[in-house]
Amino acid sequence: MAAANRIDRCFARLRARDGGAREAALVPFLTAGDPDLGTTKTLLEAVCRGGADLIEIGIPFSDPTADGPAIQRSSARAIEKGVSLPKIFEMVVDLRRSFDIPIVLFGYYNPIFHYGPERFAADAAAAGVDGVLVVDLPPEEADELYRPLRAAGLEMIFLLAPTSDAKRIRVVMRKAGGFVYFVSMTGVTGSKQIDIGSVRGMVEGLRSHCRLPIGVGFGITTPREAAAVAAFADAVVVGSALVRLIEESSGSDALAAKVEEFVRELKQATRNPAIAAA
Amino acid sequence: MPSLPDRRGHYGQFGGRYVAETLMPALLELDDAYSKLRRDADFRREVRTYLKEYAGRETPLYFARRLTERLGGAKVYLKREDLCHTGAHKINNTVGQGLLARRMGKPRIIAETGAGQHGVATATVTALLGMQCEVFMGAEDVRRQSLNVFRMKLLGAQVHAVKSGSETLKDAVNEALRDWVTNVTSTYYLVGSTMGPHPYPRIVRDFQSVIGTEARRQIRKQEGRLPDYLVACIGGGSNAMGLFYPFVQDTGVEMIGVEAAGDGIETGRHAASISGGLVGVLHGKKTYVLQDELGQVQQAHSISAGLDYPAVGPEHAYLHATGRAKYVAVTDSEAVDALRLLTETEGIIPALESSHAIAHVAKLAPTLRADQIIVANLSGRGDKDMNTVADYLGVTL
Repeated sequence: MAAANRIDRCFARLRARDGGAREAALVPFLTAGDPDLGTTKTLLEAVCRGGADLIEIGIPFSDPTADGPAIQRSSARAIEKGVSLPKIFEMVVDLRRSFDIPIVLFGYYNPIFHYGPERFAADAAAAGVDGVLVVDLPPEEADELYRPLRAAGLEMIFLLAPTSDAKRIRVVMRKAGGFVYFVSMTGVTGSKQIDIGSVRGMVEGLRSHCRLPIGVGFGITTPREAAAVAAFADAVVVGSALVRLIEESSGSDALAAKVEEFVRELKQATRNPAIAAA
Repeated sequence: MPSLPDRRGHYGQFGGRYVAETLMPALLELDDAYSKLRRDADFRREVRTYLKEYAGRETPLYFARRLTERLGGAKVYLKREDLCHTGAHKINNTVGQGLLARRMGKPRIIAETGAGQHGVATATVTALLGMQCEVFMGAEDVRRQSLNVFRMKLLGAQVHAVKSGSETLKDAVNEALRDWVTNVTSTYYLVGSTMGPHPYPRIVRDFQSVIGTEARRQIRKQEGRLPDYLVACIGGGSNAMGLFYPFVQDTGVEMIGVEAAGDGIETGRHAASISGGLVGVLHGKKTYVLQDELGQVQQAHSISAGLDYPAVGPEHAYLHATGRAKYVAVTDSEAVDALRLLTETEGIIPALESSHAIAHVAKLAPTLRADQIIVANLSGRGDKDMNTVADYLGVTL
């Protein structure tokens, strides 16, 4: 099952690229339902056309304690629109008709717990979701969701942080699937500028403990930063910068084109990190 | 009953550590430090000394004779936490955790606050211990509680008005967690109630248990036996947990937690997480949470800012689920009536939080025999609430 899933295939494809140059996966994040679910679907299609390798779809939550102001506002707008898990699953089904891209749902535990972990796993799998990352569900509390997700063939993706010592890394790696999401800083999403040098050191240190590809997120806002991270990471997650772009251009006819263009620039950066960072 | 929480902070299905990975090492470090210090004779002596010489413990267990006569039933005793320094039980916890933070070598303290009572109690202790203090408070609460904001500033704390979400306590906790995740290595998060991720509910319970330990000794001395009922109000639940915990094994003692019913549970405008909420996960713990049909957390409503929180401490959720404690709810209007009742009969103006407990005592006592005993926790004094009560009664000050 693991060998066949879209996330593993995605990283295998990037590793197998000709010429030996490294290419990192570009992972854009969008909040489902901001500004509304129809627009989110249009924007996800734009993101795919722009060259995304994997997409993260945020499930909005009223109390996003790991997120900075941009994603907080985005979640609030989505909740205002009455976004629900069944509607998000419908949108994924729709998107799956045209795109085979790996899809990871990203959220907080309460909406999932309330929906029912078993039902969530079954419905996510049926919709075509490949992995799930729940920010406030460390491995110690995860079994209730981990077991049904695995039974349904989905990967559970976990975070590691600058504060994670060797013991924590071992605990997390026992359950981690898909890829490891390395949080680039102690902080919330989109709050501070990434310190490339220190992140590189930490990611390189992580390699010997980690059998999975390593993605880096939090604080990556420009193609230049994306390229710098792509030089040592297997995936680059861009969330707040994209969410801010959507906030600024919301309602404009050019929104989807702007998002597609931004993603294309980011993808160029992660495809040829050495050139783009220069 | 087994000793709870278990090693990972669970009380049956409740509690736990639902936090982002960045915070896990800090919680493990805190758990480790606290597990050692709670058995450390020198640390325990230090906490005891500050509670006695600085906070004014022990507090009296007062027989409320005129209230008892007025209600015409069981004898009512009041545990006088309102006489503690800063006017409420909150100081028991901030003294304990302040000293814990100092032992852990954390120079910077952050705290959340609703009405400002925990913020004031925290700023008081950081002034006492010479530590840096920043308090997160919803912008709406900053406007409503300007006096407490001024007190905190005088005490040397920096107060951040939180403008996200509903701009109340829930959002102040969110923002404190965001600050902690950002400054986790230098900062101690001093949580104000029996809530948050493990080990906080346990730490706060332990530091507040001095209330019940004293009350148990005092009632045995004054009445020669244990009480029939304990009554305390519940927001996060720290004053109730402090009173209840030393009596948990005394199965003859009934424990009643009083939640805030606001305008009435049927109106949807309340803060009664157990009576009107569902099991969920908020701020690091699994417990009863006020939430909508999509699992989005709802805003709580209560005249008492200290009870205005959409969840409850996980150990209360457990005591409820096992039936060891009973949980009831009291409306804003019943609480204000109780405030007037206690003021008129005993010359004690209770905090609006504590007035919820008194309101339930007023319902319970008349149904009991004259030889039965109720101990109610008078968790705080009412000075801070005079503007709110005047407003409610339509009086212009």
